[in-house]
Amino acid sequence: MTAPDPATGAAPASKLPGHAAAAVEPTPAVAFQNVSIAFDGPPVLQDVTFTVGPTETRILLGPAGVGKSVLLKLTNGLLQPDHGSIRLFGEEISRMSEEALFPLRVRTGIVFQEGALFDSLTVRDNIAYQLIQQNVPDDVIDARVHEALRFVELDQTFSLFPGSLSGGMKRRVAIARALIRQPELVLYDSPTGGLDPITSTTIIELVMKQRDFYRTPSILVTHRLQDAFTLCTHRFDSELGHMVPLPKGQADPNTTFLMLEEGRLIFDGSLHEIVKTDNKFVREFLL
Amino acid sequence: MAIDTIDKTAKQIVLTVQDYSLFAHRAVMNLFRPPRYWVDFLIQCDIIGVGSTSIVLLSGFFTGGVLALQSASTLSEFGASNLTGRFVSLTMIRELGPVLTGVMVSGRNASSMASELGSMIVTEQIDAMRALGVDPMRKLVTPRIFACVSMLLFLTILADFFGILGGAFVTVFMNHQDGLQYFSTAWEALRYPDIVQGLVKPLFSGFIIASVGCFYGLRTTGGTEGVGRSTIQAVVFSSVLIIVADFLLTQILLSLLSRL
Repeated sequence: MTAPDPATGAAPASKLPGHAAAAVEPTPAVAFQNVSIAFDGPPVLQDVTFTVGPTETRILLGPAGVGKSVLLKLTNGLLQPDHGSIRLFGEEISRMSEEALFPLRVRTGIVFQEGALFDSLTVRDNIAYQLIQQNVPDDVIDARVHEALRFVELDQTFSLFPGSLSGGMKRRVAIARALIRQPELVLYDSPTGGLDPITSTTIIELVMKQRDFYRTPSILVTHRLQDAFTLCTHRFDSELGHMVPLPKGQADPNTTFLMLEEGRLIFDGSLHEIVKTDNKFVREFLL
Repeated sequence: MAIDTIDKTAKQIVLTVQDYSLFAHRAVMNLFRPPRYWVDFLIQCDIIGVGSTSIVLLSGFFTGGVLALQSASTLSEFGASNLTGRFVSLTMIRELGPVLTGVMVSGRNASSMASELGSMIVTEQIDAMRALGVDPMRKLVTPRIFACVSMLLFLTILADFFGILGGAFVTVFMNHQDGLQYFSTAWEALRYPDIVQGLVKPLFSGFIIASVGCFYGLRTTGGTEGVGRSTIQAVVFSSVLIIVADFLLTQILLSLLSRL
């Protein structure tokens, strides 16, 4: 988006002095620049550079253990990189203190791999966790929790504990918790991992609903290609209340792919680009 | 090879001490800055204080009884069996009350804190809490530390009282001595420095129990096996530290209070 022209090395037009577009150039929700991190061993991520636009959904693909969840935790400052720069909503967070990060994290929603629900709290208290900490009145909390639960079609679980929910229900409650405050960025860490195909489709439909209804930028980590392609080739029809396929050959222009291999970003592009790529690893992964 | 191992272990110990010091400093400083979680503090007071009452009372009572049994025979050899009350009250208030209560509460609460926080780490609940904009140090650690410090003070007073009662029970019903004499010698022997000594120690023990329990809980790695490892480390280190701190405090307090 803002990289120099590869042919001329010149700055992009939008960055040139006096160019009108410079004033309207939207700030990316997330911008990674040469980010690397290691934990007592070889690097988990090396020189990762990408951006997430203001209404963009990035699908992060890659085999297990390649650093996808680490990348997601770096995005909202749960981990700090060894090298490089990470900008969240335009603010540099790679060296920010934990205290300074809290207000930024509140503006993001994250769905963890296994849901990470607080098992000693009810579904209501889990979803309303942030609101309870802010001393929002109980009746307001109840109304907003019911609204969030209706979004994930789990209104009947209001007073249950996470222990009595199935795996798929836990993920949906986690999505409701992430979305209750209308975040400006949503991070999904393998929201369909280990779920049956029907429940996975329900979850992907919720992700799509959030993308198409609220236009929230997001990063979705998955190794299920079927989920990734469904997101690209369908849209949520709010009148029908479910997802519908886009016309043949079309893909959602705001849903694009990233792919990691051994900690390096080896692909960044659209659905059409990924299916036509010459990269051997990507082709093997797609097969 | 052996040198490498020693070098690595020594560095690991220094690093752990440094991490613990920073952790304890942050936990204490959080008390002076909002937000403060008073509801969590009260819940922890209930779990630590009320929950530990029965074990502290029983251990205090029977320790006092054992002291009376053991001391009576020795004291009678010197014709001083009437001093059993003095011996029991001084030993309980100065030393055994604080140390025993600390060790008992450590076994119950350092382990539960380490396992609870460790489980939250391995199930990503701590990360979820941070992602939701809540500082786990403020929400989980600071209330536990201050609840433990305040409750241990009261639990120690209870342990001292029930220890003296246990000693009285043995003196009256098993050694067939005069109860009034037991209580009057127990009372007369006590001086303010003894009480100060007995009440300062639990403040340190309470801090050690909760801070070590939370520290090892939040350092958990390696899934459920790691939770078990953290729990063991929390109990072992907090119990040993309580006894080491007791030794150092006794030394310091004796020299300070002897000047009064």
